[in-house]
Formats: sequence, structure tokens, C-alpha cells
Amino acid sequence: MHYFVGDLGHLFVITSFVTTLVSAFAYLKANSITDLVSKNAWLQNARVSFYVHSAAVGGIVVTLFIIIYQHYFEYHYAYAHSSLHLPGQYMISCFWEGQEGSFLLWMFWQALLGLILIHTQRAWEAPVMVVFGLVQAFLASMILGIVIPWLNIKLGSSPFILLRDAMEDPIFKLQPDFIPKDGNGLNPLLQNYWMVIHPPTLFLGFALTLVPFAFCVAGLWQRKYAEWIKPALPWSLVGGAILGLGILMGGYWAYETLSFGGYWNWDPVENAVYVPWLVLIASIHTMMAYKNSEAALKSAIILVITVFVLILYSTFLTRSGILGDASVHSFTDLGLSGQLLIYLLFFTGAAFVLAVVRWKEIPSSNKEISPYSREFWIFLGATTLCLMGFQVLIPTSFPVINKVVEIFGGTSKLAVPGNQLEFYSRFQIWFAVTVALLSGTGQFFWWKKMNKEKVLKEFITPLLVTLILWAILLSVAGLKPIYLALSFAGIYIIVSNVKVLASVVKVNPRLSGGAVAHIGIGLVLIGILFSAGYSKIVSLNNTGLVYIKEAGTEFNRDNLLLFLNERRTMADYDIEFLGERIEPRNKSGYVKKSDIERTADPYRVVAKKDILFKGKKLYSAKDTFEIYPENTFYEIELSKNNKVKATLFPRVQINPAMGGFIASPDISRSLTSDLYSHVSAPMDASAEVDWGKTEEVRVTIGQKFYINDYVATLDEVKRIDRVPGIELQGEDVAVQARIKVEGERDSYYAEPIFLIKGRTQVGRIPSEVNDLGIKVTLLNIHPDTNEFSFALNARQKDWVIIKAMEKPYINILWLGTGVLMIGFGMAMRRRFREFKIGNQ
Amino acid sequence: MKTSHIIAILVIAAAIGIIIATAGDASTYVNFDQAYQMASTGNTTSIHVVGELRKDEKGNIAGLEKGADNLSFSFDLVDDHGKTRKVFYNEPMPPDFLRSEKVVVIGSFHGEQFVARKILLKCPSKYQEQKLNAGV
Repeated sequence: MHYFVGDLGHLFVITSFVTTLVSAFAYLKANSITDLVSKNAWLQNARVSFYVHSAAVGGIVVTLFIIIYQHYFEYHYAYAHSSLHLPGQYMISCFWEGQEGSFLLWMFWQALLGLILIHTQRAWEAPVMVVFGLVQAFLASMILGIVIPWLNIKLGSSPFILLRDAMEDPIFKLQPDFIPKDGNGLNPLLQNYWMVIHPPTLFLGFALTLVPFAFCVAGLWQRKYAEWIKPALPWSLVGGAILGLGILMGGYWAYETLSFGGYWNWDPVENAVYVPWLVLIASIHTMMAYKNSEAALKSAIILVITVFVLILYSTFLTRSGILGDASVHSFTDLGLSGQLLIYLLFFTGAAFVLAVVRWKEIPSSNKEISPYSREFWIFLGATTLCLMGFQVLIPTSFPVINKVVEIFGGTSKLAVPGNQLEFYSRFQIWFAVTVALLSGTGQFFWWKKMNKEKVLKEFITPLLVTLILWAILLSVAGLKPIYLALSFAGIYIIVSNVKVLASVVKVNPRLSGGAVAHIGIGLVLIGILFSAGYSKIVSLNNTGLVYIKEAGTEFNRDNLLLFLNERRTMADYDIEFLGERIEPRNKSGYVKKSDIERTADPYRVVAKKDILFKGKKLYSAKDTFEIYPENTFYEIELSKNNKVKATLFPRVQINPAMGGFIASPDISRSLTSDLYSHVSAPMDASAEVDWGKTEEVRVTIGQKFYINDYVATLDEVKRIDRVPGIELQGEDVAVQARIKVEGERDSYYAEPIFLIKGRTQVGRIPSEVNDLGIKVTLLNIHPDTNEFSFALNARQKDWVIIKAMEKPYINILWLGTGVLMIGFGMAMRRRFREFKIGNQ
Repeated sequence: MKTSHIIAILVIAAAIGIIIATAGDASTYVNFDQAYQMASTGNTTSIHVVGELRKDEKGNIAGLEKGADNLSFSFDLVDDHGKTRKVFYNEPMPPDFLRSEKVVVIGSFHGEQFVARKILLKCPSKYQEQKLNAGV
């Protein structure tokens, strides 16, 4: 038992909790004192406390990592999230598989941001760091794991809890020091490189929303109603970029790993970050317009607060267990719902009260906002973004609404419709169109003083170009009516921003970040339009049979049944299932299941013969190597006119943590479209095999005959000295026949054994050719005619049911993401420079 | 009236519109009788029904029928009020289907048969902490 490391970790947790409170208090003191000497003393105290706090957070991370890395399975965290077989790079992912670790990650980023702010924001340090200190205290309390004695309330859930305290198992009564030999392991779905970088990116995005929030609260508190925006804006931009990137990484992971056929499924967990991101983008726009418009300043204050509150709300939704059945991937309840609710209500309430108290003092004017001003367009755009988020927020909150109604004695059984995608898209598409039209138009007002006369002149060219491009697109792609508006808006935002970009670059390229980001958004919209709107199922069943009479003809048969080595046609392709494959751990490639022999250790197998993959030798016969036993890949070959177009390896994973069975797609990528295929149902290996009727043949050596329509030849029959699993003695005789069977793609050997033990007892060991679904038994030997009789059986061949989709021009979406990020980067650079220059 | 007031009114109107439209489209949890009634009045929106698979006296799952080529299947579902109905699903059977404790079907009645557009499963392993593999 390694008690020390866990105790040390727990000490770090408590230290981090206490020091952040001390730091917040000292900053509060420093802020309220005017005497310079004692102010500096308090500041010094506060900084030291925050440094100690950050060091303690670092200490928690290190100790927890040691526990995972050293496989100390006496700790619940290591037992529940790791195992001896887990590859090193995924040990990092163990951190955020559990709730405690993801709180830790969040705290870690915020501590880091706090340190940066202490060193760069002297003027704002004290009030901003009060907010930081309080938020850190709430987060640290989530992993405290101490019981308050007189109230008997458990505060937080510690990652350093011992297994025997976390699980009730009789073994701990008998053997309190019992340590399991191996852990439960990391959910195999998360053993993916995207899951190493996606959560840290997302949590960095979460942490970054605290910065503008802290500045905003500090500004209201210190009565610097407009001054807070300048230092906060660059951080909002960083937050917008990082959070956006995190969301898209999640989408990309889903596209590659889950098999719902896309990158976005409107799952509550996805919505819970999508909504704050939309509002964050709205807040960035209003923050940029604050100088000339009080309306923009007031909305910036409201929106910046809202973003942070929404982040807390989404934390509550995904971690309190309230989503329950509504989401596939929310965390399970750790008994923290009460604490999470207090966290949410505390900051919502405090910020709301502060804003209300100070509202009258925020400068305002009676100047009317003109439709020709840039602020007007910014304002409209921000409003649309907020409504767009609001529409997603309501259905996502259905479980909360149901709960609240229940608490007040009513009954509410609202649920999101089964066709989530259609339900949300129907609304979101029109918001996206509006946002694109507004931002395409708003750009002109942003850069030029407009009046009635100029408007027509400015807009005529981009409108004409858009119409021409739109017409070309319509004639080429044959657009569906519902996407008419989206395609127009997408082209329009790109065209108008290209025009703006061209003129801005001439003046000052540094200012062109906005235009570039908007072009990125346009590309993203077009990419979504094509990949979602023109996605077509290519695995349509074309046998022409009516499957179920009651169901009628309204059903498309989207799935295709493939028997091993039997070619079928699918859309424009010929498709063939070539067998089940296994993935070796240390080499890239796939190994045929029939080429390996299992050992007692599920992670190790022995090669039956030399193993080749794409002409390269991976292993020699008799080699022992490591595999991932939970994954099976199905080799699917697509060809056109007898030329192989693509070989796909969709995966099926046996994953008890996720309900037993997870299918992951394989994607064949090309510049213009992705071909996406996944297994919908694998063969049940445990089902009883029906070998059908037995056929008997009598053949001589070298004679050709048929086994279930395959050509077979009896090559030889020879005496053998050893039979696996049976000991031969004295007069025992064993002979083995060798029959060559010509399969569709390969030839196989069936080698049945005939055995006479102790002169009288006869034994027959049949031989199976799995790929062909046949079984051969050597029944008898007829020395008089030199003939041998065999029993032949055939079963249904191995099969798999797959679904395949074509996703055209999905690369435009990924390209758009890249362009968007470049635009964000340019805008960030500009705003950080402005902040620096303003400070000098 | 000022432009900003007009905008404010429009925003409020849009927000109310969104709430009404969203709530109108929302699905609800019902039992088979309610679902049947809805369908017979011409309302074919998707609704959620929660239930368990029908089992015979020996505890085996009964009423399961696979479609041709395993591409679809139908089964008997017993809802919370004990009513049993046939449910048809136009997708291959999910591999953990038979192990599930609770099944949520989302769809509507087409005649006497409930046609599911989507099935959600609640499997025991997903919700219970695994037993300690103490022997290892």
C-alpha cells in the first residue's frame, strides 16, 4: 500500500483550497485600502498565496499522475480509469475520464491564466484576482473530499480516495490491504489521439471565459464601466478561438470514432458548449463596438456575464446527472449536484446583483442608433446569435424544466424528438442564414461611412457576383429547395468579405483578421451544407425484395448484408467483405483473424504463418505479438470496373463501459468526397451453428470433387505421429487427409484426422475452413478400392451488415475551420498590441 | 418610437416565438394507449414510450422476430401500464438489445404496429459500477 503519495495529494488539494481563499481575501483587502504601504503588503500576501495555490494545483496533477503511471491500483482513480495494458500516451487521458480529473484540468488552466494576469495586468490585478480566487475556491471544493463533521455533509469528491473506501466489496473485510492486480482500464473509445488533446483544449476554452468575466465584474465594481473592455477583448478572442477549436475537435473525433454518420448530433453535451460559444462570439462583437455606442457597452456587459453563467450551467447539466437518459455521454452523478448548483447560483446571483446595482451609473445617451451605423449591424448580428443559442438552450434544458415542474408538484414530460438532427437543424439553418447575411452586409458598414447614396454603389458588385456564383452552384449541384437560402448566404458572406479583405489589406493587413474569420465562417457553412445536405446513403439494398410487408414500401433499406467473399453492388461500387481483422499493438496494419492463434493472455497471440499486410511482412510464423483484443476490424473492399478503389476497415469494439458494442466507421478520403462506412450488425459468434445436411462422398487420391460448390482435390492421406490434445500409444494409428479447396480469392486446406485407438475405438476430428463455411470429416478408409469417404457439411458463411454514406465536399468544412482560426489569430494579435500600446 | 425599442420588441417576439415553436415540436413520454390515441386522431409526431421486453414464464424474451437478412426486426414491448404492443424497427438489432433492462422507443403507431425511428437502450453495465474482479 502506497499511502504517502495519496496523502500528499490530498494535502495539496486542501492547500490549494485554503490558499486560493487567502489570496482572494488578501486581494480584496488590497483593493479596499488606499494606504500604499499596507496595500502593497496585502498585494504581496495575495500574490504569494496565489503562487502557493498554483504550485499546489501542479502538485495535485503530479501526484495523481504518479498514481496512474505507477499503477497503484489501491487507489480508486487508477483502478477505475487505467490498467497495466494501457499505452503510455493514453495515461494522460485517464485524467479526464473521471470527473475529478476534469475539474483538476479546469483548475490547472485557470491557475495558469491567473499567473499570466498577475504579471501583465498591474492596474486590474486586485479586483480581477478576487474573482479568480473565488472561482478557484469553488473548483477546489469539488475535489476536496472531506466530510464536515457537525453537518455530516461531504464536500467534493477526492481523486485520491482508496479503492476500499470507494467500493463496497466483501474482500476488504477479509483483507483490508487487498490490491487488485489490474485496473478496469480506460474506456477504449477514449483511446484515441483526439481524446488526448480535445478535453484540454475545451477546458482551456472554459477557463478563458473567466478572464473577460473577471474584468467585467471588476469594471462594474470599480466603476470603470468602459475601461475593462480593452484588456478583456483580446482574451475573449483567444477564448472564442480555443473554445471553437475544442468544439470542432470533438466533432471531428465523433466523425472518426462514432457511427451516427456525422460530426454533430445535437447531443445535450455538445449543445452545452455550443450555446456559450455563440454568445461568446456575440459578446466579442459588442465589445468591439462599445466605443461609439452605449447600447453596445451595456449589451457587452450582459453578454460577457451570460457567457460565464452559461459555462457554469453547462457544467451543472453535464455533471449533476440531471441529463440522465437524455445524453449518451454525460458524466455519472458523483453526489456533487448540490455543490454544483451553489457554484452556479453564487456567480449568477453575484454578477446579477452587481450589474443591477450599478446599472443606472453606466453612461447612457439618448442618441438614436442609425441603420447606417456599424453599431446597428453589429447589434442585429449579436442579437441573432443570442437567439440562435436560445433556441438550442430551451430543448437542452427540458430535463431541468421537467425537474423544476416536478419540484413544484406538477408533471412535465417534455422530451427532445427522436429526430434530433432534423428538429434542431430546422431552426438553426435560418439563424445561420440570417447571421451570414448580416455579417456579410455589416462588414461594409464597419469599414466605411455609409449613407443612402453609397449603399447601392457598395452592394451592387458583391450582390451580382454572389448571384452569378449561386446560379453556377445551382446548375451544377442541383440544389434542394431548403438549402437555397443557406447556399446563397454562404456565398454572399464569402464574396462580401473577400471584397472587404481586398480593400483592407491595402490599408493595413493587420486589420484584416475579421474579414478572414468571416470567410472561414462562410466556408464552414458551405461545407456543412454539402456534407449534410448532400450526404447520401450508398448502401441502399438493391435486391428488390420486399422485406416486411406490414412496414410497407416507405422504408429505405439503408443497410447491406455482405457474406464473406461474395461481391455485391452498392451505388456505383462493387463491394466485398473480405474477413475479420485484428490490429497489432506495435505495428501498423491489420492481421487476419484466421492467421493467428490465441493464447491464455488475451493481449498476446501467435502467428500461424508469415503475416503480410499490403505486401510488407509484419510477422514470421510462430512469432508472438501483442494485439488490442477488444477491437475487430472488417475488411471491406470497394471496387469499380474490377479496379480496387478503396479498402475500408470499419471497427467493432467490445466495450462494456459503453453498453457492450461500439461501431466506429472507416473513412476513405479524397479531395472532393469522403466515403464513410460502419458496421451496423456483426455476426453473433456465440450463436449456435447450423451445419445443415451431411453429404457423403467417396474419392481417391488426386480426384476432384465439390464441397458446397467449391472445387476440392484430395491431395494426400498420410500417417501422423502426433495428434494435438490426444496421446498416441502402442498400436494406435492416426491418419490425416489433406484436401485443397479453391475459394473465391484463395485456396485453403482442410485437414481432417481419422484415429484408431486400441484397435477398436474410432475417432474422427473434423476440419473446418472458416472462410468458406465448410466442414470436412474423414469417415472411413477403404483399402480394397483405395478410396476414402468424407462427410461434408456447409453452414451459412460469415457475414456482416454495413451502412455506407458518401459525404461530398466535407473538406470545405475543415478548410473553413482553418481559415476561421487564422482570422481569430490575426484579430488576437491586433487586440493584444492595442492593449500593450494603450498601457505604455 | 425609437429604433432600439422596435428592435427590443422584435427580439422579445422572436424569443416567445422560439419558445412556442420549440415546445410545440417537443416530444413527450407517453404510454401505448396514449400513443395509439394520438395516431388514431391523425397525429403522427414522434413520441417516447418506455418499457421492457416481454418475457415468457421461463424468463426468456418472447415475441422477437427478425426480418429478412437481419436488416430489421420487431419485438414485443410492455409499457409502464403493462400494455404489450408489437414494435417494428427498420435497423439491424443492436447487439446489446437482449441484455437491456429498459427500452425507450421513439416513433409512432402505424395501424396496429408501433414503428420506432430510434431505440435507446438502458443496459445494466452502463449504470452499475462493475464488480471488483478480485480473483485476478
